[in-house]
Amino acid sequence: MVDALRVIRDDGSTDPRLDPKLSEADAVRLYRGMSLQRILDNRMLALQRQGRIGFYGPSLGQEAAIVGAAIAMEPDDWIVPQYREPGAALVRGMPLKELLCQLMGNAEDAVKGRQMPCHYVYRKGNYLSISSPVGTQLPHAVGIGWAMRLRREPHAVLVFFGDGATSTADFHSAMNFAGVFRTPTVFLCNNNQWAISVPVAKQTAASTLAQKAPAYGFDGVRVDGMDALAVYRTTRDAAGRAREGQGPTMIEAVTYRLGPHSSSDDPARYRDEAEVATWRARDPIARFRKYLEHAGWWDEGREARLEQEIGDEITHAIQEAERAGPPGIDTLFTDVYETMPAHLREERDAFVAFRGR
Amino acid sequence: MPAMTMVQAINNALREEMRRDDRVIVLGEDVGRNGGVFRCTEGLLDEFPDRVFDTPLAEGGIIGTAIGMALYGLRPVPEIQFMDFIYPAFDQIVSEAAKMRYRSGGQFTVPMTIRTPFGGGIRGGHYHSQSSEAYFCHTPGLKVVVPSTPKEAKGLLTASIRDPDPVMFLEPKKLYRSSREEVPEGEVLVPIGEAAVRRPGKDLSLIAYGYMAQVCLEAAAKASEKGVEAEVIDLRTLVPLDEPTILASVKKTGRAVVVYEAPRTGGFGGEISAILAEKAIEYLRGPIVRVTGFDTPFPYTLEDVYMPNADRVLAAIDKVMAF
Repeated sequence: MVDALRVIRDDGSTDPRLDPKLSEADAVRLYRGMSLQRILDNRMLALQRQGRIGFYGPSLGQEAAIVGAAIAMEPDDWIVPQYREPGAALVRGMPLKELLCQLMGNAEDAVKGRQMPCHYVYRKGNYLSISSPVGTQLPHAVGIGWAMRLRREPHAVLVFFGDGATSTADFHSAMNFAGVFRTPTVFLCNNNQWAISVPVAKQTAASTLAQKAPAYGFDGVRVDGMDALAVYRTTRDAAGRAREGQGPTMIEAVTYRLGPHSSSDDPARYRDEAEVATWRARDPIARFRKYLEHAGWWDEGREARLEQEIGDEITHAIQEAERAGPPGIDTLFTDVYETMPAHLREERDAFVAFRGR
Repeated sequence: MPAMTMVQAINNALREEMRRDDRVIVLGEDVGRNGGVFRCTEGLLDEFPDRVFDTPLAEGGIIGTAIGMALYGLRPVPEIQFMDFIYPAFDQIVSEAAKMRYRSGGQFTVPMTIRTPFGGGIRGGHYHSQSSEAYFCHTPGLKVVVPSTPKEAKGLLTASIRDPDPVMFLEPKKLYRSSREEVPEGEVLVPIGEAAVRRPGKDLSLIAYGYMAQVCLEAAAKASEKGVEAEVIDLRTLVPLDEPTILASVKKTGRAVVVYEAPRTGGFGGEISAILAEKAIEYLRGPIVRVTGFDTPFPYTLEDVYMPNADRVLAAIDKVMAF
């Protein structure tokens, strides 16, 4: 179906030339990361419909292309997200409660209720802040990598973006700068076939997205984005080359957005259910489970325990997060600058006085 | 103490900050081998071959990658060759650099100084003359700094590079080589956020920045010959604005003329007028008058007609002194 690099075969066995040979513990960690994102998505979409969070953007179908890539990076590497990668933040150590507080925009939200849901940030995990405009993060990832090279620190940057982002000027300049300055950047394009309602065929006349990379002077690799081992292997190798000074790589993970663009979107308006069903049959989590079972590392009992455990963790995080109230008025005015300038102090004080009348 | 042009003073500030702090990086179009089209970065590549970069021709890429460097802890000083070319980087400046601290709850910051020549006076037509400061003054999270003398250009640029927040450092290109001033070697710091009273006066306040501060000084000298003593305030920093200095002057003189080169409508001088109207109206003896560029694109042949000059400022002085 997809002309791209694959590792996991239909029967759960692996291509021995490409198998990254994960340990059982790492394989289970990867599976857990994907399962957590899937279960979280379903729970959060429900929470949104109940009005307990204002908005949500699920990653359904893209778990392998997100968690498989994130888990391939080292702790000192940086991850520059788009907005559909909570699974990456969670494998970098972001506590679930912190994620929930961001979705609720409450007093314990690290960004103090200033951003819409799904705009996570996690400095401790070198996980960058998110902005909504598409593609803007790409030059940042190049600049971060460039800085690593200037400081002679052997790290790499993984940047996530989608098929729509490849049309932006920021994509072009980021790829071009990365090629010219040989920055240690791994460009991970989640080609999920749809930029809201626009299919990738209307985004570009190019037959693949990966083929854009050679025009910038580096390799583009097309992988089956429903195959976590293929994504992991390719990302790990690209990051390794980046750390060794061999420059950037673009990875096109061919995947599919099984769900809506966001909780505000109705994909029935623009695409056929038949197409979705074809991709649903290639579910990345089911596929990875087959691999685990083939290796003898998984069974019904472990699956049931994992689901229970993740479900409980999420329930607990929701309960904890819902205890927090809204952010204080002062947070409107702080963090605009390091030191609050006089005009902002004046605006704040005048508003506080108005409220106190 | 050497006498320097503003170009030389900027070069000196960059060189000294690069010597002092190895996190300072210079990047932009033609800033390396060519030393910048105005020569502000001349010789820096020779001294710092690993920290000065000729970039591809893409302003969004220059600012976007500089933001990345700043996020990683460096102190990039990107140059945009002319402010007229800054618009491809507008999104990166206003939606990324300006909002990073706020949107990350202070977890990530962008200590970056964007240098760019602005304003008219070099026969540059539409695309080498614009004064776009108002767009950036309208964006919370940015600081906007405009020097008008060589020594202060050094002091303000040094302060900008050391500032923890993104700074738009707008260099009035008409003043790049128009005069020389003694500029000390070694550290010169002019704090961001402080205006300067360039000439004291009791009858009215002329409020300006950049090249227009010079125009106001010229107008004040001529007014003085007619017995009108104008006080000239050079803002030096537009954001954060030094309101106390402006208000103290206008409360003393009771009259204000605000001069800026940009198109009149929505210009930063309109904000000054509004502040005076809100906070000093009881001291005003006449209307606040603006002398500005026209609400047109910047012209080529008729540049001198477009740009406010001392005579137009004098006419405004006459107007407010009639009250």
